[in-house]
Formats: sequence, C-alpha cells, structure tokens
Amino acid sequence: MEEGGSSGGVTKKFMYINRRAPYGTIYALEGLEVVLIGAAFEQDVSMVFLDDGVFQLKKGQNTEEAEMKNFSPAYRALAMYDVEKLYVEKESMEQRGLTADDLIVPVEILSTSELADLMEQQDVILEY
Amino acid sequence: MKFGIVVNEGPYTHEASDTAYQFSKAALEKGHEVLRVFFYHDGVNNGTRLTTPPQDDRHITNRWSELAEQHGLDLVVCIAAAQRRGIVDPDEAKRQGKDANNIASGFRISGLGQLIEVGIQADRLMVFGD
Repeated sequence: MEEGGSSGGVTKKFMYINRRAPYGTIYALEGLEVVLIGAAFEQDVSMVFLDDGVFQLKKGQNTEEAEMKNFSPAYRALAMYDVEKLYVEKESMEQRGLTADDLIVPVEILSTSELADLMEQQDVILEY
Repeated sequence: MKFGIVVNEGPYTHEASDTAYQFSKAALEKGHEVLRVFFYHDGVNNGTRLTTPPQDDRHITNRWSELAEQHGLDLVVCIAAAQRRGIVDPDEAKRQGKDANNIASGFRISGLGQLIEVGIQADRLMVFGD
C-alpha cells in the first residue's frame, strides 16, 4: 500500500472517460493528471472523449484572455506515456460540427454502441 | 468483496460524500473490505478539520475521521488537488512554507498513484460525485 508505480503484476483495463468541455470546470485538467500519473502503473489504458469532452481535443485552443492554462498540448504527449487508445464518440463529434481533422491527435472514432461494448469490457472506469 | 472508494465532490454542496460514507459504512458492517477512500477534485475539502457545520447537522469530516478510527480506513487526499484548494498537512505546510495546516484526523495527503493502485487492488472501484 505504498506510493509508487507498483501494480503487483496485475494488469487491468482502465478506461478514462472525458465528457466535459476543457475549460469551465477543472475536471478535464485533473482527469488528464490521473491518466499521466497512472501511466507509470503499466495498465491497459484507454481514453474516451464524448459529449462536450470532444472539445478537449479541438485544435487551436487559445485560453490567453481567459487567463486559463491551455493544457491541450499535453494530449499530444500521451503517446509518450504509452496511452495510445484514444476513442471519440462519433455522435458527440458530429453533433458539435467537428470532424477528425479538427482534433489535435489521431483518434479512433466509434459509435455509441461500439463504445458501449468497449465499456462493457473494462475493469475500472473513471469519468471526468 | 474489496472496495475502493473515490469521492469527487466537497462536503455539503453535493451529497456525494454522504453517499460514499453511507456506502463505506454499510460495506464494512456487512464484512466487506474498504481498501481506501480517495478524495479527488473538490472532494479534498472533506479533509479539513476546520469544517464547522451547524450543531444540528451531520459533521461530514468528523464522520469520516470516526469511521477511519473504528475500521482503520485509509483516507487519502490527493496532493495535487489539495495544494490547489489549500488542504495542508504538517509536512506540506513545512515544505511550502505555510503558517498552518488543516488536515483532519485520519486523513493523509498522498499522490494520484494511490488512486490507480486501489483501482488495481480492489474488486470494485466505486466513484461518488461528478
């Protein structure tokens, strides 16, 4: 029960679900912090972006005037942390007038029902 | 069953901490294990001993402290979330040059690794609050 990257040899499927806009609340930023720290535990990690969470991946975020930290470049660093399974819900993306070209990282686009199947397979789901 | 508990909202505004407490208490009384309660986001505000609700209301922080004492519960406040929101233990106060600390009895401040670890070790990770 000590701090550190020890998983005791157990690998679980962790899914992080992001469903809120990047700014306006701290959930997206603090959710990302969990993913980055969690990477040290070498689990089977996936990230899902749905509802307003798809805006977290939008290119060209400019937060200067709002005096918020633009943390969107961190999503591009996820691959270095071996977080490579990024999923965007098709319906959420389309409802917001976005396409895969609007996103700062390559993602796999899944339908609601495909995502539901994927969620069914997870051991741990954390939603932010 | 081994449970991990996550509390993502502060006390009183949301009922999440109350529900998490009731769940933890009921699970322990039924003979289950609660490996850890992890406080994240505004949930870290559950861990300040300066909380002073009206006398006829439940004392959410003290209730957690008492449950921890009775059952040896591990109450962990996320350090990064705590630093943003001014939840400080004596070590952190020293390290950050603060003139006071406010961590409640039975709570400790530690890293997000503790959340991932309990997710790995528990049979079920229960998340309370948005």
